Amino acid sequence: MEELDAEPPLMVVPGADPSARQLCFAWGPAEVLVCETLFGRRGTGEGEPSSSRLFVVRKDQDIYIQTLRKLFNESHGIFIGLQRSEEELAGKSRKAQLVQVSKNYRSVIRACMEDMHQAAISTRDPALHSQYSTQVSILSAMELIWNLCEILFVEAAAAGPLLLRLLDWVRLHVCDVDNMVREVLSSENPSKHELFWNVVDVFVLQGRMDEARHLLSKEASANPASVNMYKILDDLMKKMPVPSLGNTQTLTEMELKWQHWHEECQRYLQDGTFASNSHMESICKILLGDEDAILEKKELMTTWYHFLVTRLLYSHPTVKPMELRFYAQSSMDLFLGGESSPEPLDTILMAAFEFEMHQVIKECSIALSNWWFVAHLTDLLDHCKLLQSHNLYFGSNMREFLLLEYASGLFSHHSLWQLGVDYFDHCPEYGRVYLELHIERIPLNTEQKALKVLRICEQRQMHEQVRSICKIMAMKALRNNRLGSALSWSIRAKDAAFATLISDRFLKDYCERGCFSDLDLIDNLGPSMLLSDRLTFLGKYREFHRLYGEKRFSEAAKLLLMLMTAHIAPCSFWMTLLTDALPLLEQKEVIFSAEQTYELMRCLEDLTAGKSDKQKFQDDDVETMKVEMLRLALARNLARVIVKEGTLEGS
Amino acid sequence: MEEVCAKFVSQKISKTRWRPLPAAALQPPDLFATGSWDNEDNRISIWSVGDVGNVGLNGEYQGEPQLLCDIRHNGDVMDMQFLDQERIVVASSTGTVTVFRHHQNNQTLSVNQRWEKAHYHVDQDTSCGGAACTGVICNNPEIVTVGEDGRINLFRADQKDAVRTIDNADSSTLHAVTFLRTTEILTVNSIGQLKIWDFRQQRNEPSQIFSLTGDRVPLHCVDRHPNQQHIVATGGQDGMLSVWDIRQGTMPVSLLNAHEAEMWEVHFHPSNPDHLFTCSEDGSLWHWDTSTDISEKPSFLHQGGRSTTYFSHNTINQSVVSAWLSNDPTKDRMEITNLIPNQTLSVNSLDVLGPCLVYGTDAEAIYVNRQLFA
Repeated sequence: MEELDAEPPLMVVPGADPSARQLCFAWGPAEVLVCETLFGRRGTGEGEPSSSRLFVVRKDQDIYIQTLRKLFNESHGIFIGLQRSEEELAGKSRKAQLVQVSKNYRSVIRACMEDMHQAAISTRDPALHSQYSTQVSILSAMELIWNLCEILFVEAAAAGPLLLRLLDWVRLHVCDVDNMVREVLSSENPSKHELFWNVVDVFVLQGRMDEARHLLSKEASANPASVNMYKILDDLMKKMPVPSLGNTQTLTEMELKWQHWHEECQRYLQDGTFASNSHMESICKILLGDEDAILEKKELMTTWYHFLVTRLLYSHPTVKPMELRFYAQSSMDLFLGGESSPEPLDTILMAAFEFEMHQVIKECSIALSNWWFVAHLTDLLDHCKLLQSHNLYFGSNMREFLLLEYASGLFSHHSLWQLGVDYFDHCPEYGRVYLELHIERIPLNTEQKALKVLRICEQRQMHEQVRSICKIMAMKALRNNRLGSALSWSIRAKDAAFATLISDRFLKDYCERGCFSDLDLIDNLGPSMLLSDRLTFLGKYREFHRLYGEKRFSEAAKLLLMLMTAHIAPCSFWMTLLTDALPLLEQKEVIFSAEQTYELMRCLEDLTAGKSDKQKFQDDDVETMKVEMLRLALARNLARVIVKEGTLEGS
Repeated sequence: MEEVCAKFVSQKISKTRWRPLPAAALQPPDLFATGSWDNEDNRISIWSVGDVGNVGLNGEYQGEPQLLCDIRHNGDVMDMQFLDQERIVVASSTGTVTVFRHHQNNQTLSVNQRWEKAHYHVDQDTSCGGAACTGVICNNPEIVTVGEDGRINLFRADQKDAVRTIDNADSSTLHAVTFLRTTEILTVNSIGQLKIWDFRQQRNEPSQIFSLTGDRVPLHCVDRHPNQQHIVATGGQDGMLSVWDIRQGTMPVSLLNAHEAEMWEVHFHPSNPDHLFTCSEDGSLWHWDTSTDISEKPSFLHQGGRSTTYFSHNTINQSVVSAWLSNDPTKDRMEITNLIPNQTLSVNSLDVLGPCLVYGTDAEAIYVNRQLFA
């Protein structure tokens, strides 16, 4: 973990040796490609076989931890809920809602922490074990910070309740002593246990008066001689005024009561009531807020922020949020006593006590190895309207910047990309551009996945991406010789050019094989037939074959002629169409009318006239023979139809 | 709704299936299988929701699914069906169809039978070119699979080679398959067609084709009414539920506007077919209930009198039929409930058996509801 944001962390790529080879790199969205290069060393190279390797360096490696996926997925739901939540809810209910959201986030962190803890216990691999343990401590630090931010920023507890919240916070997170407490309480005779007084002290330091009194009463019954002394201490502890959560008492009232109680404690200490028992005397000193007496119990508090809260409890119970910073700073100095320098966690908590929200976020970004925490916390604080227009010189605002980073990380993951979509949706400025760039890079290995990606694009009217995905799928299908599938995809994308290309493939196949493939599709084109001219022709041409097959010759003939005269058929296909007309011309009964025959003849002449003499010369004999046969058939048909029409008119 | 139990499993779930109950069983199902998709390594997992994992004193853990065992699966799990109490047939995006056996004595999974590249593009023998197998249905010992290659395969669980293969059965992608009768199957494809295939016929052509008119909306799932085999429900890309009467016409009897995106699965309740369940890409899961109306109808069964017996039976039958086949079911006959209040990501799969419902989502969670009709 780094302390200075000026000094970037050094990352060693295992296997890459910058001293032997130069390294070059290319940026990706969330990854860096590093490869070894021989650039500039050609002269010195001794022709050793180059085994250049390629490394993928991932920035956000936490994304790849299996257990954390629960955190990402569950918090995604909370995030969406928060974005959808009613902004209109006024004042108190809105605040209650936001606090609830914050608590939900914390419970997700805790659940994940427990899972990770279980994993750490059950694994036998020491490397994995240490990895899990590290994650547990990171998660627990995240929860600690989040909880403090919740108290100070989201709930913005006022003087009075503030202290109660901080006490809860300390009780929840300082759990090193819990084992000791459990051990003493579960022993046969707690008051005889060597750690008995330690446990009483822990309770007093954490303000758990009832539990401390309960223990003391046990001790008192074992020592009938000093029962009076116990009674006095018990009385003091019982009478200690605490700030109330409701509006039952004002701060001044509370302060008055407290002053009074304080003087009473002072009196007992001075007249030496507890002089005979050093344990009880020190407890009394703690009650009086004696800093030295509290500091003596350093081991029982383990952290400076515990010391801070204990100190506040017994000397400034009505501390105002804005005064916190002074007590925090001095508590840390007193507690650490110049022996050790503050760690990143201490700096973050200190920044929170100083109400430097941006500092908290910045320090967390540096210290934590993932974007999850800062992105979600910043978003929540933004919903609390606490981060007003803190514009960065890049990107839009901080919330969006962090969300974009987090979501980009998700997109670089093999399967978490779906979560990223919703985060981009809630980035008003750059979210869409990011989404457009990322979504195109998702590998589409099955049609189902393509459909899912397509749905995401269609819901957001990303037409360009829809077209591109359909085209990719159509191309794939085409390569696999699945013409029907390819056509379906291009129809979905309304891609006329591609539909034309595929229609041509169908027609080519037909010319080669003499029958259509994929009839079930072509017969059911419906209105999508109108997408491209060629597709229309394909559909109509197939219709002609169907009519012919059903022996509805006159309809078939009409359709065939129409295909040419209305210029639906491509010129290159006219010869085939005319050849198709041959059997109709040779039918026993006359099908083409005189007028239709003239039209056919004109088509044939147009076709042959269009070709230059040179081309004609090159055409093989088959083609020439076809033309000759057609001319003959047309002439014979014309002869028959003239006779027939003449006869009909005559009769 | 408080009876729903969620578990985040760190993998996107593509299929969930209850293990079938033995014929005479009275207790609710206690084991289900899930398959994942789009992970770097996909898995088939067996979960227990029975009393095996009953840890809590007050039964607080009772609903929470417990992982019994899992096994790696090559490629996305596209479809999954229990062949019998022990064997699961899994369709893969690589085109391979695998039968896994669940050994209940030591809680392990192993490969029992595998058909490599049952579905393929161009050439089965080349190294690449497997085509995703999109659907599988079992009727022990027969297994039918369909795929993106438009191919239909008929396997027998104990035979190495396919019993019957229909190449190029469909020019577009086949999305799902189900048995209509023992020798007939139903398939749906990506151009809105429902086809019946009869394995007794040697021709490689469908015996009947039904289609949606006009828009050719792709169909993604199909299920047959468990008692009345002519009633078939399908779900489409636009989230529409179509009910078909395959005895008549070539078009659906009713089209019901349902989800806002692809309907991935539709299931009639196996023993209570007045209830239907559908799930969708839009993250919703709907319960369609037509039973309310029928109970209010006067029952002809108890009228007595020998002369009316035949008639009354007929009438009852018709009233049940009309529940799904009436022209305007939305108006007064059907009660529809969305079972997921805060929907986000796609619900890919669901299964119902007895009073129990299980479903899996892209948000990497599985949900179990053990009191469906409470």
